[in-house]
Amino acid sequence: MADRKFGFDTLCLHAGQIPDAATGARAQPIYQTTSFVFDSADHAASLFNLQTFGNVYSRISNPTVAALEERVAALEGGRAALAAATGMAAQMVALLTLARHGDHIVSARTLYGGTYSQFAVTFAQFGIDATFVDADDPAAFRAALKPNTKLVYAETIGNPQLNVCDIDALAEVAHGAGIPLVIDSTLASPYLCRPFEHGADIVVHSATKYLGGHGTTMGGIVVESGKFPWDNGNFPQMTEPSRGYHGVRFYETFGDFGFTMKARMETMRTLGATLSPLSAFLLLQGIETLHVRMPRHCESALAVARHLAAHPAVEWVNYPLLAGNRYETLARKYLPRGAGGILTFGVKGGAKAGEKFIESVQFLSHLANVGDAKTLVIHPASTTHRQLSDDEQRAAGVTPEMIRLSIGLETLDDIVWDIDQALAQSQK
Amino acid sequence: MATVDDISGLRGILTRTHVIAVVGLSANWYRPSYFAAKYMQEHGYRIVPVNPNYTDVLGETCYPDVASIPGKVDMVDCFRKSDEMPALAREAVAKGAKVLWMQLGIRNDEAAKIAADAGLDVVQNRCMKIEHARIMGGLNWAGVNTGVISARRPVANR
Repeated sequence: MADRKFGFDTLCLHAGQIPDAATGARAQPIYQTTSFVFDSADHAASLFNLQTFGNVYSRISNPTVAALEERVAALEGGRAALAAATGMAAQMVALLTLARHGDHIVSARTLYGGTYSQFAVTFAQFGIDATFVDADDPAAFRAALKPNTKLVYAETIGNPQLNVCDIDALAEVAHGAGIPLVIDSTLASPYLCRPFEHGADIVVHSATKYLGGHGTTMGGIVVESGKFPWDNGNFPQMTEPSRGYHGVRFYETFGDFGFTMKARMETMRTLGATLSPLSAFLLLQGIETLHVRMPRHCESALAVARHLAAHPAVEWVNYPLLAGNRYETLARKYLPRGAGGILTFGVKGGAKAGEKFIESVQFLSHLANVGDAKTLVIHPASTTHRQLSDDEQRAAGVTPEMIRLSIGLETLDDIVWDIDQALAQSQK
Repeated sequence: MATVDDISGLRGILTRTHVIAVVGLSANWYRPSYFAAKYMQEHGYRIVPVNPNYTDVLGETCYPDVASIPGKVDMVDCFRKSDEMPALAREAVAKGAKVLWMQLGIRNDEAAKIAADAGLDVVQNRCMKIEHARIMGGLNWAGVNTGVISARRPVANR
């Protein structure tokens, strides 16, 4: 009997979680424990030597967290995954497994602000140098490569510019240099785009956003495709005996999930940015409806984008799948099921009108997050980018009149109603 | 009989196999062959080490080649270079083994044909420990995509 290839929706509900062997519990049990008993001194030694697969300490692995890891690995079509406390922690663990002091990375310039700071400020303190290039120009990525470049990094959908990156082209650039392409696919979620199908080697997510989907829980995850040839000479840390794990050669021993094992047993074990079991449970609950929520986020966002495009108080609208958008062609290729729930628009009247709009919404929530089940709104110029001058804001892709919406699952007419009445207030 | 690469086929092999000759088994605890053999031994399989450099490994008598093993062997598991596989395939056939298993990183279609033509099941480029853990339980510990989708309560396995 051939193995069935189960559908995405089935994987959202089942991957990584068969009934509990001990109790038969159908829902995922929350293993709220720091540690796991050893059967004997030899069992303990085997576990520490990685000769027996099993749990030792929840900083390294935990059954509830593992269910989440396997589920996201399955949804991405990857080989293995490692969860982390936040999306920032996930990308940190992924990148510090690949690059060390003296190494270099090439990244898209359009990035979530926290990611930009992590690379430009924190990694610089670790001695890892980053070059930021035009996300729309694969040739710029190639031109920035150096002999010590260890990875290429970009976001499927950039935040907040909503630029769609050409994953196939970036994978070609990275593979031409014998290095992996790392994609942050947070704003797409695996429902809308599976970067491994386009040549990416590692995918990271802030699970806080669409995977969890309800604005309750911080979390992140790193997924590996299992296809990158780590023995190509550029990653001796994967093929040589590990100093961090008493001589184990990770690629030789674990093969196509050697990267995840190294990230878990060395990087995560020593840096400690672990996801809690309760958080993993909450994120799993969210994922069980990912395939139901994402189409609605996309449909409503596109409807709002079209509505705003025809609105007299609106200067411009940015949504990748809106007709005439600069990224429409790339969005149709990489995001055929929808371009997500985030859109930006410019309110007539500049920063003052933008602030007035934000103050006038009734149930749209003014806060700094995206990917919630509820509709969220923020005016970057008066909040996240307030410290910057007008010119600096423009360089960061933030204009005074820009409003960012993260469209939720409320009645579409109500979302449009609240936007319309707030726009009317903004023009007074 | 042919190359086996799907979950149900691999499960069948791991269920029917009891005695595994591990060719190229190292006595160094940090080598992959030792990892895999120790794990399989802990899961109830009888391991027969095959390596001319040792007299015993993992508490079992070590033999210089497959032909020297006195009893029957279900599986010949190979931790040797790919170009040595055809000769090992012939040894496995001569020994009456039912499975030729080539470990992770090892692939040799000539050897696979020799074994398959003689009626053996053949596995290439896979680790028996990883596959056992993936299919029989345990590898979900490591966040690996096992491909197992089921509402059946598993038999506790350690």
